[in-house]
Amino acid sequence: MIKVSGLRKAYGSVVAVDGVDLHVREGEIFGVLGRSGAGKSTLLRCVNLLERPTEGSVTVGGQELTALGERELRRARQGIGMIHQHFALLSSRTVAGNVAFPLEIMGVPRDERARRVEELLDLVGLAGKAGAYPAQLSGGQKQRVGIARALAGRPSVLLSDEATSALDPGTTQSILALLKRLNRDFGLTILLITHEMDVIKSVCDSAAIMSEGRIEEAGRIADLLARPGSRLTEELFPLPPAEPGSVTITFTGTYSGRADEPVVSQVVRKFDVDVNILGGALEDVAGVSAGRLRVRLTGEESDAALRYLRDRGLLVEVASR
Amino acid sequence: MTWSDMSPLLWEATGQTAQMVAWSTLFTVLFGLPLGVALVATDRGGLFPAPVVRRVLGVVVNVGRSLPFIVLMIAVIPVTRMITGTTIGTGAAAVPLTIGAVPFFARLVETALRGVGRDVVQAAQAMGASRGTIVGKVLLPEALPGLIAALTVTVVTLISYSAMAGVIGGGGLGDLAVRYGYQRFETGLMIVTVVVLVVIVQAVQSLGDAVSHRLTRR
Repeated sequence: MIKVSGLRKAYGSVVAVDGVDLHVREGEIFGVLGRSGAGKSTLLRCVNLLERPTEGSVTVGGQELTALGERELRRARQGIGMIHQHFALLSSRTVAGNVAFPLEIMGVPRDERARRVEELLDLVGLAGKAGAYPAQLSGGQKQRVGIARALAGRPSVLLSDEATSALDPGTTQSILALLKRLNRDFGLTILLITHEMDVIKSVCDSAAIMSEGRIEEAGRIADLLARPGSRLTEELFPLPPAEPGSVTITFTGTYSGRADEPVVSQVVRKFDVDVNILGGALEDVAGVSAGRLRVRLTGEESDAALRYLRDRGLLVEVASR
Repeated sequence: MTWSDMSPLLWEATGQTAQMVAWSTLFTVLFGLPLGVALVATDRGGLFPAPVVRRVLGVVVNVGRSLPFIVLMIAVIPVTRMITGTTIGTGAAAVPLTIGAVPFFARLVETALRGVGRDVVQAAQAMGASRGTIVGKVLLPEALPGLIAALTVTVVTLISYSAMAGVIGGGGLGDLAVRYGYQRFETGLMIVTVVVLVVIVQAVQSLGDAVSHRLTRR
């Protein structure tokens, strides 16, 4: 749905995005995770060409945006919704006026506009707020207006620029739930950038980790969790540095072993080993429960126990001595 | 001088001041608003980036702003003659008043427009808005309270400039104060004129503040 190839964006000698390839599939929620200054915001703004890439191409819904002239680009942008960290609402317009704005740009007739605005406000749960001004709304409500506005042109793609970063945790979850619902009900493809791990955990199907203008790792979250030495796993389930000889067991949905299976006690019963748990974390990620457990195995049959765990389909990594 | 002597003089002078200020305000907005928009739009990172145009506009505005009004009024006499066919009178005074106020107002417009968040402009761009739409439907409406405040300050400045219009026979309250109050030692008239000016300026400022406040939705 979104294809970014060889993207580079430089401001003078400062390179914000340094050769990024990205592929967002139709109907998925793709999250780019990175610290501030990693270049993720610039990357996102290159997708709808708010920033002109220095090099590389951007294709959205089969249309190569980087090849379009100004007029065609404006038309194409009308089919790409965007929501913003600080909402970017027009303070001089009411809620209804803000949602109607993109429809005015598209030249939708007045009565159809009114109908569509009502529909959209209903969809985001703001039916009673049509006449309010943004200053009278809470942060969560403002972002709902932002979402309604972004959906006005029935886009197939939604870009989210740190849409929940200015919100408290409870509101963040409700906004994320709304995005997930839109994704599920309308097949809306969402590309979001965030510095919050929780956002990746709760809504994303795929993720990329970005740092210093480059993508370090990208793919379906389930696949990334299964990859030895994955940065994403490290970020999702932070554990203290591995001591030599310690064993890290990763449970994910892609393995036959499930997180709620009592593998550790099975190992202890079947083999002559002791298991010392050093740390661990377990959570629902991308709809499956996944986690990591750091243990130390001692005893005669340690190697056999490790083999058993691997045979059970778990990712087992032993820190070198 | 008795009140009945002063009254007709005051009415006439107030009418002249009102006329000068009204015409010059109209033309100041007509020319100054687009100029202010141009100052913002042609800036680097603006809607129509044009650094050379921007620099030229900047210089023109600064030259206009650096001339004392009394000097400017004399200096533009040929222009005044070209436009109004005469160089004296209330109508003729509106020309230098406008020329003096346009750069001033344009700078205030520039400041008001810069107060509109970049993110709002970019959001409109992301929706596929044309640059004309962004100026007309985002920049100007969002800056409206600031623009009204700018207009208020400009009107007050025009009232004060218009006091110098006596030099080219424009009449008005300032001229009245100079000719009667100062040159004929009519202290009473002088005081009344000052009071009238203060009341007018106060009224204009209060009205401007009230409108600007009503339009603020932040």
